[in-house]
Amino acid sequence: MAEFIANYVIPLAWILGKILLFVVPLLVVVAYVTYAERRIIGAMQMRIGPNVVGPFGLLQPFADAVKLLTKETVLPTGSSPVVFLLAPMVTFSLAMIAWAVIPVSEGWLISDINVGMLYLFAVSSLGVYGIVMAGWASNSRYAFLGAMRSAAQMVSYEVSIGFIMICVLLTAGSLNLSEIVNAQKGMWFFIPHLPMFVIFFISVLAETNRHPFDLPEAESELVAGFMTEYSSMAFALFFLGEYANMIMMSGIVSILFLGGWLPPFEALSFIPGIVWFALKISFCLFLMIWVRATFPRYRYDQLMRLGWKVFLPMSLIWLVLTAGYLVYTGKVPV
Amino acid sequence: MIIASLAFYLFSFIAVISALNVIFQRNPVHSVLWLILTFFNAAGLFVLLGAEFLAMLLIVVYVGAVAVLFLFVVMMLDINVTMIREGFMKYLPVGAFIGVVLLVELALVYGGWAMSPQAEALRLAPTPDITQIDNTKALGQIMYTQYVYVFQAAGLVLLVAMIGSIVLTLRRRPGVRKQNISVQVSRRKEETVEVVKVPTGKGIA
Repeated sequence: MAEFIANYVIPLAWILGKILLFVVPLLVVVAYVTYAERRIIGAMQMRIGPNVVGPFGLLQPFADAVKLLTKETVLPTGSSPVVFLLAPMVTFSLAMIAWAVIPVSEGWLISDINVGMLYLFAVSSLGVYGIVMAGWASNSRYAFLGAMRSAAQMVSYEVSIGFIMICVLLTAGSLNLSEIVNAQKGMWFFIPHLPMFVIFFISVLAETNRHPFDLPEAESELVAGFMTEYSSMAFALFFLGEYANMIMMSGIVSILFLGGWLPPFEALSFIPGIVWFALKISFCLFLMIWVRATFPRYRYDQLMRLGWKVFLPMSLIWLVLTAGYLVYTGKVPV
Repeated sequence: MIIASLAFYLFSFIAVISALNVIFQRNPVHSVLWLILTFFNAAGLFVLLGAEFLAMLLIVVYVGAVAVLFLFVVMMLDINVTMIREGFMKYLPVGAFIGVVLLVELALVYGGWAMSPQAEALRLAPTPDITQIDNTKALGQIMYTQYVYVFQAAGLVLLVAMIGSIVLTLRRRPGVRKQNISVQVSRRKEETVEVVKVPTGKGIA
């Protein structure tokens, strides 16, 4: 019995504790990203933004959460109820499970697997299901059109994201995320891979359905796209899932290109790694919000052209260049 | 090892249940969703075998790409479920017959299966030592050295299939308006805008 507890119960409790340590701060951060987005865009557009609830409006996210919770959940007639309710859960839990492999500091992660980058790619490629299921189950024209758009959009941009990830893993020589970060000691990958950093960031915007690529929910044409029929908690889950996805993708950008938890100078290494990682994520999130405040929405055919005719060939050429350079100079990491 | 065998039975049980559901669901979209659950559990079984690279590949390729296309197609086709069910009893004997034939053939093949004593050693020969390197590297070393020609040939087959489907479906349709970015960008101000002095009270033609 004592052996059973030592072998199974304690490790299980330890894993659950680690998961809680990740998820609870993540949910708080998600709530505050919505607040930050409204304040930053307010400042950029010479407005004030939410500033009434609590000091500086800091309690606004919680007021919104309570408001959404007390609303009624509406199931549209002719919908497929199980799939309808499953869709927001899928979106939300996919945004959460990606954090299982993301190292926030040296050794601070839930699971250190060998194929961490493939795992992240797999999880982000599943994100399309939540949206497609929501669009189909709603039994509504707007929702269905939004889902179709998003399916095509996310599948197209995933291709270039995959090629860029291959460039990074060629330079780092590993699929393990901790080793990728450690390979960036001395030079963060955004310096040698600068064009890919830009393309990756833009593809991330398309992958998370953010402005200027938020076509699945374009208000002016599709009401609210795949979210049209959702209300109350189901809507809140979609909303949280979208913002959690933004944070997750910012984390991936930081790990692949901005050196993860590494400080910019060796002299600054007395500051703990998690602070640097949080700062880098905040920087990426700020860029995303900034883009939303400044760019108009893309037209759908232009979005597809950008994905297939510009980003895909460029990332392919860069992959060949990277491989060629590494082999020619004999720097291939083994 | 209790956890591993519990996980094995969990994954395989759900895999079998969801595979059955793929067949028995009335709604084709629900069938595809059950199919995705089956893929997931198969990936879980791969992880239990220690083949984490294959597990991730299964999810990326089958769940992330192939099943999305299935779902896309099944949703776009407005399938009338009752129409499909109509001839069910009529075709049942034919289907059952084919099933029985396949079963007998499989049984014959499996019954007459004889493994050469050298086969096991031959199969294991090119495998790098799994305890030394992780299985992503091991797969790469085998695929790009021992089997590089077969690998390239498989790629070529896929390329031919892709080109074939594009050629078959591509047709020039008149009256389709397309955006020509280079023309738009190379347009000069002088070609498009003309500043005219308009005399008062006369206008211009």
